[in-house]
Amino acid sequence: MTMASSAPQDPRRTGRYVYATAVFLLCAWVLGPLYLLFVNTLSSPEAVNSFPKAYVPEFNFESIEFFMEFAGMTSALWNSIKVATLTMIMSILVGAPAGYALSRFEFKGKETFRILILLTRAFPLPLLALPLAVLFIRTGLDDTIFGLALVHTTLAVPFAVLITFSLFSGIPMELEEAAWTLGCNRLTAFIKVVLPLILPGITASAIFAFVISWNEVFAAAVLTIENRTLTAFLLQNLDTSALHLKFAGGFILVVPALIFIFAVRKYLFAMWGIANR
Amino acid sequence: MQARYLPYVLIAPVSVFLGLFFLYPFYLVAQTAFYDGAGWSLKNFQEVTSYWKFPSSFKNTLWLAAVVVPIQLALALLMATMVNAMKKGRDLVLYIWTIPLGISDLAAGIIWLAIFEQSGFLNSIMHGLGFIDRPTALISYQNPTLIFVAIALAEIWRATAIMLVILVAGIGLIPKEYYEAAQVFGAGRWKQFVRITLPLLRPSLSTALVLRVILAFEVFAVVQALGGTLFPVLMSETYAYQFELLNGSAAAAVALIILGISIASTIAILRVLRVPKGATI
Repeated sequence: MTMASSAPQDPRRTGRYVYATAVFLLCAWVLGPLYLLFVNTLSSPEAVNSFPKAYVPEFNFESIEFFMEFAGMTSALWNSIKVATLTMIMSILVGAPAGYALSRFEFKGKETFRILILLTRAFPLPLLALPLAVLFIRTGLDDTIFGLALVHTTLAVPFAVLITFSLFSGIPMELEEAAWTLGCNRLTAFIKVVLPLILPGITASAIFAFVISWNEVFAAAVLTIENRTLTAFLLQNLDTSALHLKFAGGFILVVPALIFIFAVRKYLFAMWGIANR
Repeated sequence: MQARYLPYVLIAPVSVFLGLFFLYPFYLVAQTAFYDGAGWSLKNFQEVTSYWKFPSSFKNTLWLAAVVVPIQLALALLMATMVNAMKKGRDLVLYIWTIPLGISDLAAGIIWLAIFEQSGFLNSIMHGLGFIDRPTALISYQNPTLIFVAIALAEIWRATAIMLVILVAGIGLIPKEYYEAAQVFGAGRWKQFVRITLPLLRPSLSTALVLRVILAFEVFAVVQALGGTLFPVLMSETYAYQFELLNGSAAAAVALIILGISIASTIAILRVLRVPKGATI
C-alpha cells in the first residue's frame, strides 16, 4: 500500500493518502469510545442521564465523588489493589526462576514443562474458580484476598515464565561465565550481573501480572462474597446501579490499564515471541 | 548445589503451582460434572442441555465467536501489515492500537454501554443528525440484532489488540530477503502478502486464533454489561447455575461443555494451520 516502488507519482501519492487516512481512522476507532467514557465520567450525574449528550466533558467531579462515597466501593477498590499486588509478587517469585531455567539449561522434561506452560493458554482458565470455590471453603481460603490472588497468579504465571524466559535469553551466557571466572558463584553472579540488566523487564512483567489480576472478572465474582474486588463489585451491581456509577467505575478500571500498557509497551512482543518458534 | 539438579529446583515452584491450581481443579470440575450423587453418569449434562435457555446460549456463544473472530483476524492482519510498513510514528500508533489490551472486558462493556444506552451517544448523534426525535431504547428484547451488534462491536474493539501483537511479532520474524526476491520477480504487494506473509505467518496465525477463539467462548462481562439476561451465553449460564440456582454440578457440566468446544476448536485450528515438518523459517 505504501511503497509502490515503480508506480508513477500520482497513484503513489493517492496510496499514501489512503494509507494515512486508514491509520487515522483505526486510531479514532480505538480512542473514540474511550473518549466518550471520559466525557461521561467527567460530567455531572444529571448530564450523564440527560439527552442529548454533550461531546465535551464539563470537568465536573460529582460522578467520581459519588462513586467514591458509594457504600463498599472504596473497600472494593482497595481489595482490587491488594489482590493485584499479591498476584504481581507471587507470579514473579514463582515464574522468574522457571524462566531462568528454560533459558540457561538443557534438561530432561524441558519439553514437557514447556507444553504444560503453553497448555494453560489453551484452556478457559477462569472456569478453575468453580472447583476452587469448593476447595477454598474446605481450607478456609474462601472469600479471602490471598485465595483470589492464588487463582489470579495461575492466570499470570505462564506469562511471567514466558516473558522472563525471553528476557534471560537476551543476556549472553558469557557475561555470567566471566563473572564466575572472576570469583563469583552462580548466585552472586546472578545478583551482580544478570539482575541489574533484566530489572526493567522484570518490572514490566510484574506490571502485566498486576493488570491481569486487576481486570479479571469471573473468578473474582465467583470467589469473593464479602471482600469483593472492584470488577466483582461492579458486576454484581450492574442491574441496579445508576449510569453515572457504572461509567465512573469503568473509568477507574481503565486509567491504570492505560498507564500500565504504556509502561510495558517495549516488552509486549517478548510475551508472544516464544510461541512463534 | 549441583548444576544437574538446579533446573528442577528452579521449575519446581511453577510446576507445583500449576499442578495444584491448574491440573487438579480441572480434575475436580470433571469429577463434579460426571457425578450425580450416586455414581458416574451424564445426568448433569442432560439436565443443562435440556434447560430451555441452553440452545440459545450455546447458539449465541458460537455465533458471536463465528462473527467476531474472522473480523478481528482481518483487522489485525491489516493493522499488522500497516504497522510493518510504517517508518514514522510506528511506536505511537502501536501504543494506541494496543491500548485495549489492558482494558478489562467489564470496562469494555461499560464503554460501549455509554454509546448504546438509551440516552447514550449513538442516540444523541442520530438525534443531532435529525434521524430521530426522541431517544429510543436500543438495547431491549425487541432489538435482539442490535444487542448482538453492540456486543460484537465491543468484543472487536477490545480484543483485536491481542491478535495484533502476536501477528506483528510474527511478521517481524519473516526474513526481509523473501520480499526483496519477490520484488525482483515483479510481485506486487498483494501477491507478496498472499504468497509470503500469509504462509510464513502460519505459526503466529494459529497462536493468535487459538488464543482468541478460546477467549471468545469465555465471553462474559461484556455480555453482562451490555445485554444482561437478554443475551444468554454459556459463561453467564455457568455463573447463573453457580450463584442463582446454587447448582454446582450443573455449573461444572456447562464449564466442561465450554472446555470441550475450546479443545475441539484448538485442535481444528492447529490441524488446518499446521506447518509441515522441516518447512519452518
